[in-house]
Amino acid sequence: MIRVALLVAGKDLRVERRSRVLLWQVVPFGVMALLLCGLALGSARAGHSSAAPGLFYLVVILVAILMINRSHAIEATPGTRASVATLGLDPAGVFLGKAAALAVELWLTAVVLLAGAVLVLHTSLHGTLVAVPSILVTLGAIAGAGTLYGALTSGGNAAATLLPVLSLPAFAPLLIAGERSFYSALHGGALLEWWVISLVALAVYLALGILLYGVLEES
Amino acid sequence: MESIEGTSVLLRDAVSLVNGFPLLSGVDVELHSSSLTVLVGANGAGKTSLLRLLAGLIGLSSGEGSVLGMDLATIDRRQLRRRVGWLGHEGSFYDDLTVAENLTFAAKALDRPVDELTTVLDRVDLIGRRDTVAKQLSAGQRRRLGLAWLLLRRPELWLLDEPYASLDDEGRTFFDALLGEVLERGATVVVSAHDPLRSAQLRPRTVLMAGGRIVGET
Repeated sequence: MIRVALLVAGKDLRVERRSRVLLWQVVPFGVMALLLCGLALGSARAGHSSAAPGLFYLVVILVAILMINRSHAIEATPGTRASVATLGLDPAGVFLGKAAALAVELWLTAVVLLAGAVLVLHTSLHGTLVAVPSILVTLGAIAGAGTLYGALTSGGNAAATLLPVLSLPAFAPLLIAGERSFYSALHGGALLEWWVISLVALAVYLALGILLYGVLEES
Repeated sequence: MESIEGTSVLLRDAVSLVNGFPLLSGVDVELHSSSLTVLVGANGAGKTSLLRLLAGLIGLSSGEGSVLGMDLATIDRRQLRRRVGWLGHEGSFYDDLTVAENLTFAAKALDRPVDELTTVLDRVDLIGRRDTVAKQLSAGQRRRLGLAWLLLRRPELWLLDEPYASLDDEGRTFFDALLGEVLERGATVVVSAHDPLRSAQLRPRTVLMAGGRIVGET
């Protein structure tokens, strides 16, 4: 399972590096969304807003939806799908590999977005750095859940629109836990408790993915 | 269903439904080992669906079926898939990976030695293109990459979906020669095509399909 996961993650990241969709489309989209959040708050309130963590996670989730669609589009052509299916890869390994690649992409995007949050939404640099471990875990959980929901919707005629409808309710608790832990890191509060909730969500989604990914692929 | 020695594929009244729609509606066919069979028919006749059933990509809804000695009604389809090779006319690999990266992925996925890569690339005449991104290859070269993927895998059953589409005469000749080698090595090959194969050397069995069933053969 781990061998397949490493193989699939390496392949997905290599495809992403070569296509540069992340660099030239997804990251700029995230930065623009963050800028719009700053503009929506207004210059006077952006610097004092306690909404920064929530806005950061909202942008991350929008970006994640683009990435999940992209991750499953790699195998979208019927020929590639059939050909890869005949390799008989362990579905649990495929899930872990795709989730790991998605997590790495989300982490890289988050670095840019966190810098944007410091600059545009004026979050404190120290508080932002304190929040990094909880952000890593929450984004990992989003990657796990997203990979699972991506498998559920991929191959359908309306995958691009169906994915947000199905996945946003699943992302909501992660958004709340992530926002609360980020807020606690910035302003004080129950950082550890919210971080643990994200950690549990990560474990649950990874377990569900390992168990169910093969079934979802077959369906 | 019991398999018969020397028979790679045996279907009796095989029906495949996807979302309630019959893709195959009662196929009876027996394919011998080391044989070449060409499925001929119009669009929607069921050629690709039959290939997909043999690949374990869709299920058998009713009837009986055995592929490479495995009963289609009871097997874990992933076990079957590892023993068959699929080549689609629209490309069967990752467009954003290079030729070498695509083949390395397939080799590692199947625990095959990566050092066979050079031999395979040499055989399909793509050695000079090993670092070319797949989407930059011509139609003929893409087909050769698909063949290289299969040569590396060495499947027992080759399922080729319209492999001759958009190939020129040189490409067809190359393809026929390679199929000849594959048949000599004992693999069974099933090809879907709009027209019967022109190659006299391969002497294929031509099966005519219409409406999701076999309606004749030559």
